[in-house]
Amino acid sequence: MSGSRFNPIALLRAFLRPLDPILMLVLGLLLGAAWVLMQSASPERLDSQGAHFAIALGAMWLMAWVSPARLLRFALPLYALGVLLLIGVELFGEVSKGAQRWLDIGVTRIQPSEIMKIAMPLMLAWYFQQREGQTRFVDFVVATLLLLLPVGLIVIQPDLGTSLLVAAAGLYVIYFAGLSWKLIVPLVALLVIGLGSIVTLGDTLCQPDVDWQVLREYQKQRVCTLLDPTRDPLGRGFHIIQSTIAIGSGGMSGKGWMEGTQTHLSFLPERHTDFIFAVLAEEFGLVGAVVLLATYLLLLVRGFFIAAFAPTHASRLLAGSITMIFFTYAFVNMGMVSGILPVVGVPLPFISYGGTALVTLCLGVGMLMSIQRSRLRARSS
Amino acid sequence: MTEFRTPGRELARFRLRVVVAMLFVCLCLGLLATRFYYLQVLRHEYYLTRAEDNRIALLPTVPHRGTIMDRNGVVLARNYATYTLEITPDQVEDVEATLDELATLVAIEARDRRRFMKLLEESRNFESVPVRSRLSDEEIARIVSQRYRFPGVEVKARLLRDYPQGAVASHIVGYIGRINQRDVERIEQADNEANYRGSQHIGKAGLELFYETELHGITGVEQVEVNAGGRAVRALSRIAPIQGNDLELTLDIELQRVAEKAFGERRGALVAIEPASGGVLALVSTPTFDPNLFVDGISTQDWKALNDSPDHPLLNRAIYSAYPPGSTFKPFMALAGLEMGKRTARQAIADIGYFNLGNHRFMDDKIGGHGMVDLHKSIVVSCNTYYYQLAHELGIDNIAKFMGPLGFGSRTGIDLPGEASGVLPSPEWKRERFRRPEQQQWYAGETISVGIGQGYNAYTPLQLASALATLLNNGKQYRPHIVRHVVDSLSGERRAVEREPVREIPLKPANVKAVLDGMVGVNSEGTGRRAFQGAAYTSGGKTGTAQVFSLRGQRYEEKRLRERLRDHSWFIAYAPAQAPQIALAVLVENGGFGAQSAAPIARQVMDYYLLHQRAGGPAAEDAEADEADESVDAGPKDEEVVEPAAEPGLPARGAARSPAPAAGRRAQ
Repeated sequence: MSGSRFNPIALLRAFLRPLDPILMLVLGLLLGAAWVLMQSASPERLDSQGAHFAIALGAMWLMAWVSPARLLRFALPLYALGVLLLIGVELFGEVSKGAQRWLDIGVTRIQPSEIMKIAMPLMLAWYFQQREGQTRFVDFVVATLLLLLPVGLIVIQPDLGTSLLVAAAGLYVIYFAGLSWKLIVPLVALLVIGLGSIVTLGDTLCQPDVDWQVLREYQKQRVCTLLDPTRDPLGRGFHIIQSTIAIGSGGMSGKGWMEGTQTHLSFLPERHTDFIFAVLAEEFGLVGAVVLLATYLLLLVRGFFIAAFAPTHASRLLAGSITMIFFTYAFVNMGMVSGILPVVGVPLPFISYGGTALVTLCLGVGMLMSIQRSRLRARSS
Repeated sequence: MTEFRTPGRELARFRLRVVVAMLFVCLCLGLLATRFYYLQVLRHEYYLTRAEDNRIALLPTVPHRGTIMDRNGVVLARNYATYTLEITPDQVEDVEATLDELATLVAIEARDRRRFMKLLEESRNFESVPVRSRLSDEEIARIVSQRYRFPGVEVKARLLRDYPQGAVASHIVGYIGRINQRDVERIEQADNEANYRGSQHIGKAGLELFYETELHGITGVEQVEVNAGGRAVRALSRIAPIQGNDLELTLDIELQRVAEKAFGERRGALVAIEPASGGVLALVSTPTFDPNLFVDGISTQDWKALNDSPDHPLLNRAIYSAYPPGSTFKPFMALAGLEMGKRTARQAIADIGYFNLGNHRFMDDKIGGHGMVDLHKSIVVSCNTYYYQLAHELGIDNIAKFMGPLGFGSRTGIDLPGEASGVLPSPEWKRERFRRPEQQQWYAGETISVGIGQGYNAYTPLQLASALATLLNNGKQYRPHIVRHVVDSLSGERRAVEREPVREIPLKPANVKAVLDGMVGVNSEGTGRRAFQGAAYTSGGKTGTAQVFSLRGQRYEEKRLRERLRDHSWFIAYAPAQAPQIALAVLVENGGFGAQSAAPIARQVMDYYLLHQRAGGPAAEDAEADEADESVDAGPKDEEVVEPAAEPGLPARGAARSPAPAAGRRAQ
């Protein structure tokens, strides 16, 4: 850009330089779908969702300019800040819907657990970068402790959904860093057996006087409702019953845009946020649902590609973890709406209404783009 | 950017893991696709039927709210069925036009319309909003015959709340009102949304608020077929709602009525407690209000009238307003003196008409004093000097230490919302209450004011009645309560709300007896004599006067002072003296001397409770005559004759009775 003459094309190129075309394509498809669905689910929220899009895309663009090396320098301070704020929430937080999640810092209310979604993979990637080439078992113990501290703080808020996401983000880094299969396989097996036994023993465990110790009463309710939605048909079960009806009645090609009876006769609760997938499945059918799955798959494949060819250890771990987080959001949300996972408050990535989650997700996309750019630059230099 | 050449082995391992993750992702997405295929193709017919042809709606069935009855089974709050005309906003194109057309069929007044618009703003679109309740049969017939013209308009059977006693006991029973945004947040906090689906009302005040969870009941569910217009066509199955639990009170509504009537137009409060249980027999706060106004959404005019009234009818003075106890504090001070070994009952002091502290003189009411005064006489004639000295010797810390356990300065824990804790003054309290260091300092002179129930002291009528009841029980303290039993609607089991004493204060029976004897003396020969002349039972009492207004630093405006700034009148009493069945505290705002306006109310209440005689009955004639007598010639002249040591009189104003720190400072 040494030319003194004003050149709009060059300027535009410079502006677009960090943006990865494939990720931009996926994002365009997802946000387009979000816009179309929001018109059906909750048209009065289109304006504010448009503002959320602008902010999130701006955040992504800025993040794409920050090189991974520079980003990793913020890993430790950001992590420390996140932990401090979580402790702050525990001590001074505001209670809303029976849980303490918000911290009032005078100007605005913030939800520190949201910071942790980014800080956690960053921190662990940075840590393993320090130990590159000499990673020992003890490093995985340290990483697990670094993971458990904030996750524990989020669990006691209590916010099961977010704590799962943060825990997953960290576990993915640990997995990619090379935790021995000998540990992973038994852990996964244990998880499967645990879930299996809950499903089979559900009726006994869900008796009202059984205290689950680890989980709060409302979390127990959620799991129990999943096992048997008719248990609480007006409350939690209502969501699942209505969303499966919405999905199932959509059929192969759906009832047509704006034609969903479940959506428009107000049977579907939370239809603009966590349950927006049911709107898609009702109005666009199996075709729409599979197209969405394919779009997510494209995003994940691109993410894994960027991870596999990233130039440094840390950026590989980071890209792999971010990609898996996108997957987790999508899988948990669609799984819950279609009734195979419990109702935990996880939005459908890039599509559910709401600014905070969208910004966090777009920051993740921005990181992937920046990692991809660092590879291209490394190769060309 | 520095780049490490990672050993190929490690990179290969990472890429292997990416491939594994990729496979895992594909597996999971495949699982989702399978689930979608199952729901949308294999079970499509089933779900389509559920969603399209037979839209099954789950309709909540609101449970009957529990009734509230007094101790004799008289109903204070009940439900009645009524038909309401309701509109579901999102099924109506033009709400205004629909209202206009409906107005040609049924009477819809301007205030119905205003209320409807207000409710419309607060409600969610898919919920029906009532336009009119209490439709007549004729009106129902007219609407139903024209129903095809009005999609989204329905006639619904609803249960409304009725308070048959009207304004009597309104502060206790409270009222329900429509659920507003604040209530919704409260319900969400309690994670109780499901149970309130379909509920339109919630307790807003009094017992209706305090016992909301008991009264509400458990919402039932009805599965109904809904046609394309959203109307229920056929019921499929139902889980019956569980009716709310009933409340049986300790309150005697007839006693309450007598007590409220005894206040007449005067503002004030009365709390009557059964000492043996702590059950509240009557709890009056005047003026009262009609709770029926609130049930269906109160109109703006009615609300303004209640809220802007200078008499504050919505305020529950009995539990929320704290007043200096005046001389009603003296029996408790006397007991403190005995229990802490500063006095014996026999020991007499010489009252010369004042008490000197430093260079400040605290005056007695009777110029020249009462002569030799022992404990009994100090209560009977309400001798200030005796208590000035006693307070000085006890010191503020000991006073606070003794009065605290009796319940002064802390909430009694009565089962009503919005109780105030009052103020039990102490140096610690003052340090926390004030910010400036010179205000935080406790002055010895302030202790002297506290000794005669003035100064910073401020207690609710409930606290005084409860403390008296504790005294009558020799220190056994029951939590005052209004609900005796919660009647379980399923099992019919009656759960007692309060049975065990909350604590036992170790008091020596002889000391308690000495104090109570003094109180009996008050009603037989002292300041309460006139009010209790000719009573068929022996009673104990104590008058008191709470200063409203200190003249310090203010211009004396007689006109204003005459009304709102006159002293508050107190009376605490119990009867029968041998085995007390009732303990009460009466406060009449701006009633002047305690003997003059508060004591006759106590007499009427006790007559009714113990003899079942209403004012107007044979024995009550005396009381009424007595009261009339009092109101005619109650004047300083008469007071002086009857009770030379009437309540703290004018000479003491600004000095001993002033709660002002300034007085204390001068005393230093």
